[in-house]
Amino acid sequence: MRVFHFTEQPYAPAWKDHGGALRITIPNSRLDPKLAADLLHRYYDEWQLADELGLDIMCNEHHSTATCMASTVVVTLSVLARITKKARLLVLGYPLAHRPDPLRAAEELSTIDVISRGRLNMGFVKGVPSEFTPSNANPVHVEERFWESLDFIIKAMTTHDGPFNWESENFQYRQVNIWPRPYQQPHPPVWSTTGSKHNAQRLGERGYTMATLGTGYATKPLYEAYREAYRGKFHREPPPDRFGYLGLMAVGETEAEARRRGELVADYLRTLPFTPAPFRNPPGYISIDANVQLMKAAGRPPNRSFTKDGRAINMMTGSVQDLIDAGIMFCGTPDQVYDQITGFAESCGGMGNLLSMSHAGFMDHDDTVANLSLFAKEVLPRLKEYRQPNEAAAAAE
Amino acid sequence: MALADGKSIIEISGIALEMDVRGNGKPLLFLHPEIGMDRAGPALDALAKGAKVIAPTHPAYGKPEVPLSFNTIDDIAYLYLDLLEAHDLRDVNVVGLGIGGWIAAEMAVKSTQRMAKMVLVDAFGVKHGDREARDIYDMWFVTDADLQKVFYLDQELASRDTSKLPDDELYAIARAREASSRFGWRPYMHNPKLKGRLHRIKIPSLVLWGAEDKIAAPAYGKAYAAALPNASFATIDKSGHFPHVEQPREFARRTLTFIEGKN
Repeated sequence: MRVFHFTEQPYAPAWKDHGGALRITIPNSRLDPKLAADLLHRYYDEWQLADELGLDIMCNEHHSTATCMASTVVVTLSVLARITKKARLLVLGYPLAHRPDPLRAAEELSTIDVISRGRLNMGFVKGVPSEFTPSNANPVHVEERFWESLDFIIKAMTTHDGPFNWESENFQYRQVNIWPRPYQQPHPPVWSTTGSKHNAQRLGERGYTMATLGTGYATKPLYEAYREAYRGKFHREPPPDRFGYLGLMAVGETEAEARRRGELVADYLRTLPFTPAPFRNPPGYISIDANVQLMKAAGRPPNRSFTKDGRAINMMTGSVQDLIDAGIMFCGTPDQVYDQITGFAESCGGMGNLLSMSHAGFMDHDDTVANLSLFAKEVLPRLKEYRQPNEAAAAAE
Repeated sequence: MALADGKSIIEISGIALEMDVRGNGKPLLFLHPEIGMDRAGPALDALAKGAKVIAPTHPAYGKPEVPLSFNTIDDIAYLYLDLLEAHDLRDVNVVGLGIGGWIAAEMAVKSTQRMAKMVLVDAFGVKHGDREARDIYDMWFVTDADLQKVFYLDQELASRDTSKLPDDELYAIARAREASSRFGWRPYMHNPKLKGRLHRIKIPSLVLWGAEDKIAAPAYGKAYAAALPNASFATIDKSGHFPHVEQPREFARRTLTFIEGKN
């Protein structure tokens, strides 16, 4: 199993007294650029430490928010490509549906792959609903634009005999010929996220790596949908490295220390309600049917996090114990965390990439360093040795 | 080929359209606003007392599937010009409300050959203010419940409990919300080119506005009328953005009076 250290690069000082809005409408006067510089340098230091400790790295971007200062992840990746040595660099994700220009995306990512000497994992996402307002990309038909952008990027990265033409309704280019081409051949691994079986099938058919977030013990049906589609296309079991899962991480020498860190990391989930209501469901982002169901439920979306025994958990308000029970957070001593992670991997039939949110919110540098170091020393070596439940089956193919 | 009275689904240029035809007299093409077609409301019947009302549900607002590439107001404008031609409709009075007014204006800059007069009611489509002015209220910057309060002067009309509405109404609401974004997300509810083309609309036009419209203020309507070569401007009292809902009889009376008048 590989483990990726993830932080959203939050600007936590603005999380106090925000008046109900941490996203979209919160004025940027609430950010002190000098403090932001200190924080960003700190987060890069911690990613560098993760690299030295043998962990991989995950980064992402969000817009108009105090929860994530990476408003263009290309900047994050560019810095990381130069200052880290061994870690895989996973972007999850690059919000393709907000981007009017996939050529630019192909050029940026190829260059980053070359600078990092082939360490890039390209995770593409559509983009979260609330950010269609700041990007002003039309949320209607986002799905179609996403897949076309992805097709275009792959074609741009794998065409080596001079310019090609691409004139569709969405994108028009006449002489596509990207320099440099990517370091990894034929192209860096493609990742994406999903919360739906339909999308899981689509990713399975293409063999891309699929990650889920906050799905807890409801993860297995999504993985199974992927596996079925993968088998249908490739006539073998998908290897465990095609699956990723984002969990919150809090390790401690004692359970009490771990719980204290767990509270800090859980603040990430507790910011989720502070997206002003109008932006949570832009028109066309979800289907007509889903919108009708939402109106019938008077706007309350259904719970999607469950414990092993089927208890529904609201991850925005749940206690640390709830989050552990739901497989949303891995928290405890190294032994406990190892058991929680491998137990979770068993429950979904194998999972080869743990996306570990080991820093969030107000967690300070010392706690973050301790969280990463203890994990790397006591848990990571055992996870590297861990034999996935479906590994034997995959190897036998 | 004559259009059948009542509700039907017809096909024009490969696009299936839900039609509602009622009344007798000169043809009146009714182009519904961004909230969709309100068949039950009194406005259509009031208009049908003095005209043959032809009321299509715009593509994507109705049940029939629409091709992905059908995604601009221009697409709808050309489709309705095709409709007039396919059914050999002449001397048609075109009445458009909100986003339907935008469709009417886009039709008229292309061809008024089959049109008699045009009525724009609280219509979108043009940009009057400078680049930092928001001419048209951002309907997706508020919750649906708050948007209703901005739409209507009469706050009784603004309160609706969607958890109690029947399925077909919920589907119509959901389709209208998505369709309006499909055609009007960016540029928001206007075509930057349209204002410069309005000089082509030489037929008599009436720009009719809810005096209390908070989506597009009466000043926006006044500027619209000023940009048309042969238009007058009037307001309807005690109405917000939808006079056909808040003052249906007055809306119909003013529309029919203008159409029948010798301008």
